[in-house]
Amino acid sequence: MIRARGLERRFGETRALAGLDLDVPRGGFLSVAGPNGSGKSTLLALLAGLLAPTRGSLEVDADRAEIGYLAHEGLVYRELTAVENLELYGRLYRVPERRERIGMLLERHGLWEVRHRRVSAFSRGMAQRLALCRTLLHDPRLLLLDEPYSALDDDGARLLDAHLAELAGERTLVVATHDPARIRSLASSELVLA
Amino acid sequence: MTYLGDVAALARTSLLLELRSRDTVPALLLFVVSALVVFRFALPADASDLAAIGLLWIAVVFTAILALTRAFVAEREGRVLDGLVLAPCDRSAIWLGKALGVLAFLLVAEAIALPAFGLFFAPVDGATVAAFLLADLGIAAVGTLLAAIAAVSRARELLLPLLFLPLVIPVVVGGVGASVEPDPGRYLAFLGLYDGIFAILAWATFEYVVTE
Repeated sequence: MIRARGLERRFGETRALAGLDLDVPRGGFLSVAGPNGSGKSTLLALLAGLLAPTRGSLEVDADRAEIGYLAHEGLVYRELTAVENLELYGRLYRVPERRERIGMLLERHGLWEVRHRRVSAFSRGMAQRLALCRTLLHDPRLLLLDEPYSALDDDGARLLDAHLAELAGERTLVVATHDPARIRSLASSELVLA
Repeated sequence: MTYLGDVAALARTSLLLELRSRDTVPALLLFVVSALVVFRFALPADASDLAAIGLLWIAVVFTAILALTRAFVAEREGRVLDGLVLAPCDRSAIWLGKALGVLAFLLVAEAIALPAFGLFFAPVDGATVAAFLLADLGIAAVGTLLAAIAAVSRARELLLPLLFLPLVIPVVVGGVGASVEPDPGRYLAFLGLYDGIFAILAWATFEYVVTE
């Protein structure tokens, strides 16, 4: 599903990612670890199609409608409510029966009671839960999750554990994390960037 | 229909965000009225109305720059623009939805500016109103594209006027011509042609502006 050869990405003089070879089969679960600045977020942005490689080749066998990308930021409007954000994305992603899907995700991630509250009034953890709902909204085949546990409390982290366990094997996952031990039991391969 | 539905959803979002934050419209109204007040005192008492019309167009162009500077603020926060770009809709829908939002702001600003101009100087005629409507289309089309270019750069406040002002010179030429010439037809046609050409260019190139 993902094949990279000699993948390199530069930002001016800075080399964020250098000579990376990568293979992730359909249904694979790749854990990406490494210190700050090692290129984890750059790799996920490349896989999502937000960045183009400076050098090397990259093939991702999924179109935009099949990719779910969770970034450091939520990619949601701060002055819209949780429901309004998901309604907009649901429309743009052509999600069938989106009201029901949105309701199910908000309920599952503990946001149902605050669904009509603006994101600007959310805590970091609530905003991260909403970002996860947005990422999962269109039931993507390929999930690219950049630090998905960031800002989640214990309940939120346990919910995400359960969600990832359901998706593992059925969907292709690439998860960048500072805590690879947390997903080691689910991951089929591990990449450590230096 | 799906494309138009996406455009409508994005335009509605733009307007909803403005209604909630109330950032842009009050600033635009205050700016355009303040500019007209300054011009009222800056022009000599015996200056012709033709000179005042030219200043009205300048006030509107600078008001448009203010609106365009704010156009992608909500999308920059939280990297929403990345989220929209990744969605499988036609990316030109993002441009068109945002351009409709900018157009609405310009129409509101002019709904105040033109009567204020009549109060301070002289009432505007139908040809001038038609010229402003056509100019708004062109300004919204080309300005939204340039605002998107500026939004992804670091020196966005500097870059937008530098890109926008040279491209809007034809709008000022056509607008002032339609406002002061006895036969405004060819100037209005010129504005219409500008709108058509730049709307097509902006529609076709927006995807390349927001992606690598």
